[in-house]
Amino acid sequence: MKSLAELEAIRKATISKINVRKENEAETVRVVVGMATCGIAAGARPVMLSFMDEISKRQLNHVTVSQTGCIGMCRLEPMVDVIVPGHEKVTYVHVKPEMVPRIVAEHIVNGRPVDEYTIGAAE
Amino acid sequence: MDIYRAHVLVCGGTGCSSSGSATLIDRFNEKIAENHLDKEVKVIRTGCFGLCEAGPVVIVYPDGTFYSRVKPEDVDEIVTEHLLKGRKVEHLVYVDHATRQQDAEKKLEDITFYKHQHRIALRNCGVIDPENIDEYLAMDGYRALEKALTQMTREEVIDEILKSGLRGRGGGGFPTGLKWKFTYQSQADQKYVACNADEGDPGAFMDRSILEGDPHAIIEAMAIAGYAIGASQGYIYVRAEYPIAVKRLSIAIDQAREYGLLGKNIFETGFDFDLNIRLGAGAFVCGEETALMHSIEGKRGEPTARPPFPAVKGLFGKPTMLNNVETYANVAQIILHGADWYASMGTEKSKGTKVFALGGKINNTGLVEIPMGTPLRTIIYDIGGGCPNGKKFKAVQTGGPSGGCLPESLLDTPVDYDNLIAAGSMMGSGGMIVMDEDNCMVDIARFYLDFIVDESCGKCAPCRIGTKRMKEILDRIVEGKGEEGDIEKLEQLAQTIKNTALCGLGQTAPNPVLSTLKFFRDEYEAHIKEKRCPAHHCRSLLQYKIDPAKCKGCTACARICPAEAISGTVKQPHVIDVQKCLKCGSCMEKCRFGAISRV
Ligand SMILES: Cc1cc2nc3c(=O)[nH]c(=O)nc-3n(C[C@H](O)[C@H](O)[C@H](O)COP(=O)(O)O)c2cc1C
Ligand code: SF4
Ligand code: SF4
Ligand code: SF4
Ligand code: FES
Repeated sequence: MKSLAELEAIRKATISKINVRKENEAETVRVVVGMATCGIAAGARPVMLSFMDEISKRQLNHVTVSQTGCIGMCRLEPMVDVIVPGHEKVTYVHVKPEMVPRIVAEHIVNGRPVDEYTIGAAE
Repeated sequence: MDIYRAHVLVCGGTGCSSSGSATLIDRFNEKIAENHLDKEVKVIRTGCFGLCEAGPVVIVYPDGTFYSRVKPEDVDEIVTEHLLKGRKVEHLVYVDHATRQQDAEKKLEDITFYKHQHRIALRNCGVIDPENIDEYLAMDGYRALEKALTQMTREEVIDEILKSGLRGRGGGGFPTGLKWKFTYQSQADQKYVACNADEGDPGAFMDRSILEGDPHAIIEAMAIAGYAIGASQGYIYVRAEYPIAVKRLSIAIDQAREYGLLGKNIFETGFDFDLNIRLGAGAFVCGEETALMHSIEGKRGEPTARPPFPAVKGLFGKPTMLNNVETYANVAQIILHGADWYASMGTEKSKGTKVFALGGKINNTGLVEIPMGTPLRTIIYDIGGGCPNGKKFKAVQTGGPSGGCLPESLLDTPVDYDNLIAAGSMMGSGGMIVMDEDNCMVDIARFYLDFIVDESCGKCAPCRIGTKRMKEILDRIVEGKGEEGDIEKLEQLAQTIKNTALCGLGQTAPNPVLSTLKFFRDEYEAHIKEKRCPAHHCRSLLQYKIDPAKCKGCTACARICPAEAISGTVKQPHVIDVQKCLKCGSCMEKCRFGAISRV
């Protein structure tokens, strides 16, 4: 037997779990990790896992993590795109797991991209 | 919290299960573990996506990539390419029937098949895991029950359903709110709600898919109905031939009990409600309401005369409210979003949406849900993709054995209860079978009548004997032994049966014959007077012929003929001996020169 409050808590927790199945959601922030062979070799998997970790720790219901194949700039891998609806896509390069908490906290939560990690700073 | 970055949704509906989706699920889990993705990627078995034709169907989120006709060996590629490396497997992506393209970026709702649909009853089918109550809760599940119990009076609930304009989806189209009101008004120490999931129409699988894909929607709606009319017990009558539906429903009922959504004192409001499943005996007539109730009581599933109506005297002699599965599937949404929202969809007298099972000679066989008022043409061409192999459309059958066949000229009819009846067919429960130029309409009528003759319970003479007489006449006609006056005899019998049969089965049984007589009378006449089947379908009335001008004497036909009916010498025109010919059609298929035809 569950109380109304307990049911509500189950709803909330489950919504974050099934959020990835929503399409074209205007509020969804997308994190796209370059994961082709070059990306994986360059350590993209630990980066992606750190993103997932950070997002579930903070219970960010509106963020999905997906991957993409090779973008053709292997020397900059691992690369990560963060796409906030209504804003330009921001591309981070040479991403390491240690950098992920800052990207999540400053960019995804507070809306300020971490300029020093971006493709602009690297070029 | 276990958040997964990707979800692989594999259809576990009956269609896809029979094309091997269970194997796919095992293979996905195996390959995902092998590639150490099991903490990141989750596999979910859902209900039917509707596009059963393209099954087994797999969707990968968050990309929303729609893979169709996935074979076990394709799974490895999806895992290592898409899930591991993020590269969509283009060659497995669904081919849109309208654009003929595989577009991996296309979202589900932009696929032509889904674009014209509006999913209310099917809203969770193919979206959630039907065996997980939490996912149903996350889709606002049981919020309508909460709202009804804690914020609405019983009268307000009934009023909302009345105002929504919802009508019974089981075939009759009776206003659902009125039925609730009548049962509410009956005075008794005990009342019941019941759900009709007998679904016996040939070709129909709407109700099955809802139960398989979203069983909690039915449980929630029945609890709301129980509250409204004052019943503490409900029965769901399901066909025993629907094992997946029965299993998911049982799981859902257990979960709802565990969460206190069924049982005593729900939401501490003092309202008690519980549900039981009863397995159907498998006869079509058991879907008729009085027969269904007798069957639940453990008696023979035979209809009895009404009145008394179930609202007054139903199950175990108590007031009972019976609704169809799809009818219930709309209830929670109406309570949640309001009657006005629901009534804003549809036509003047038919509100909301209707689910159809598209079948027969159509490209996209499957399940579709459209707003009432959508023209038949949109359903058949835009959603269904028209007839396969460039064949010409001839007719569409709605309403199953109680319905009728509508011709091309009526394709612009907006689909609703009244329009379909005015056109000479009926809504029925939602089977929609498309026929092309190769279908003989006399034989179609005979098919439905044959079904009726098999399913008649035999209790009353007009149905038991009358339908058999009609069937004998049709048998004669398709065998080329039709006589002058047969059409008139059919019409007379049809009228008598309609007027005197005891239950709906008999009363509507002549409809397929009457509607084909109305729109395709020339086909009947050709069979009777000219001993000719215009569709070249009826075997007794057709002959295979070789056109000597086209025949090159290649001997291919003679070699394949199982009856050795074809003779001729090499490079000379061949001939078919009509006495020996079995009319198997092999020779016609074999001839590369188009020299053989059916006449
Ligand atoms: C021969 C016969 C078979 C029927 N089969 C079904 C059926 O399979 N499912 C169904 O919901 N209604 C069936 N009906 C209609 C039911 O009698 C009843 O009208 C319906 O279940 C009421 O629910 P509704 O008002 O929600 O449509 C059948 C009726 C007849 C006469
Ligand atoms: S009409 Fe047919 S099915 Fe209905 S009671 Fe009579 S014999 Fe039985
Ligand atoms: S297959 Fe066609 S062309 Fe060849 S012998 Fe038969 S009818 Fe003639
Ligand atoms: S229809 Fe069949 S049996 Fe008849 S001639 Fe052709 S192959 Fe032989
Ligand atoms: S059963 Fe899978 S799409 Fe219908």
